[in-house]
Amino acid sequence: MAGEALPGYKRWLEDTGDQVDFFASFFRNLFRGGFEWSEFVRQCYEMGYKSLTLVGVTSFIMGVVLTLQSRPTLVKFGADSMLPLMVCVSIVREIGPVITAIICAGKLSSGIGAELGSMKVTEQIDAMDVSGANPMQYLVVTRILATTFMIPLLTMIGDVIALFGGFVAVNLADSTSWTLYFNKCVNSITFVDLLPAFVKTIFFGFAVGFVGCYKGYNSNSGTESVGKAANSAVVNASLWIFFLDVLAVQITQLLFY
Amino acid sequence: MKQADRANHKSPDATETVVEMQNVHKSFDGNDVLKDISLKLRRGENLVILGRSGQGKSVTIKCIVGMLTQDEGAVTVLGEDVAELNDKELKELRIKVGFLFQSGALYDSMTVRENLEFPLTRVLKMRDQDEIDQRVTEVLDSVGLADAIDKMPSELSGGMRKRVGLARTLIVHPEIMLYDEPTTGLDPITSREISDLILQMQKKYKTSSIIITHDMECAEIIADRMLVLNEGKFIAEGTYKELEKSDNEFVRSFFK
Repeated sequence: MAGEALPGYKRWLEDTGDQVDFFASFFRNLFRGGFEWSEFVRQCYEMGYKSLTLVGVTSFIMGVVLTLQSRPTLVKFGADSMLPLMVCVSIVREIGPVITAIICAGKLSSGIGAELGSMKVTEQIDAMDVSGANPMQYLVVTRILATTFMIPLLTMIGDVIALFGGFVAVNLADSTSWTLYFNKCVNSITFVDLLPAFVKTIFFGFAVGFVGCYKGYNSNSGTESVGKAANSAVVNASLWIFFLDVLAVQITQLLFY
Repeated sequence: MKQADRANHKSPDATETVVEMQNVHKSFDGNDVLKDISLKLRRGENLVILGRSGQGKSVTIKCIVGMLTQDEGAVTVLGEDVAELNDKELKELRIKVGFLFQSGALYDSMTVRENLEFPLTRVLKMRDQDEIDQRVTEVLDSVGLADAIDKMPSELSGGMRKRVGLARTLIVHPEIMLYDEPTTGLDPITSREISDLILQMQKKYKTSSIIITHDMECAEIIADRMLVLNEGKFIAEGTYKELEKSDNEFVRSFFK
């Protein structure tokens, strides 16, 4: 009630403070001991394995479309032999990590937000807390860690599938052997392309899990707030992914170029 | 089972106070919910808090278990000042204080068995599966739901969910039980069954209980003593029979 009466900037400051507190609480509980291994493995399966088809199909289409769209421009300059290089660098450095993370923001962050939001509304989180168990450790730490581990893994798999999609698209217009295409791809990327791309997916994964958990765990009472939690989890996680991406590009430029 | 049948339920140390609230005041956004309330729960006693919706009944028991912190006054549970406890001490205290939510608050992604195992493995840190199975079976038998052990909460009726919620709370053998409207939303027959079950469980597990309700039949079955809450204050105290004959019009209106 009072929250509604507060001016926008005060609400924003209050929410930021709560997020910082939630962030600190995550790390406190992470190192507290009594880690929930079985729940962590279950979440990895639910979030990682069960997202594989979605990420795979999207990555394949992304690889095909990127290749088909880029080819005419490169042909104009007589540089069509550079197509595998361009597709590979684009996918590994930027498109693969960002698209996979955005897909996961839509699927996982909203799922976590809705699940925890509904647990909050039906007093399940309160019941866990009041019984002497630790809901932060059981619900939040496991989910954030699962997304932090699974999104880099999904990105790597997605990158390979997208490159295969590129190979299929190249062969729609031209004829290239898998060995030649694969060699050109591998020769085109370096450590400087792989490392920053991999590191940023860890942060994307953390953001997806963290935002979903924060929005769900702190949702208000009432069924309406479950929908709001899921919705704002997607929006905020997506924004965080783009913000972290810009930051990652800047840091990579400073360190490696 | 009515009051007269329950004279021998209380334990020998029935004079010991297990919960005490002294001059507790609690407000939300400037709106006073609890105004200087005091209560005592003695060991083995069933204390019913009666009142209309939105009068602060749930806030009262949430202060007892540390889910809410009072603005003024003191809440002492089993000799510990709840507001002074750190996280670890509060968790230890909460093991001794069971809380049954109005909805039962079963974990809906887990089966009944997993719901019951959860406090044993996470709170009591039990590792011996045979011992865990034994406790689960025993408590499910007590609430008459041994057949529902592998069911999901979504497959249970409202009354069954309350029974499983009660079993999950009792499985850690708490000394004190707090019930938040245990019969709300149930038909009269199931309400009576739940009220009888609460009484049986109190006898079996020797708990002291505070029951929040506005169900008069439940109050008649369970209460050793009753407090009536109105506008953030206790306005009457006594047994069911005493309050039934109260001079206060508001108190008497519950019995009509």
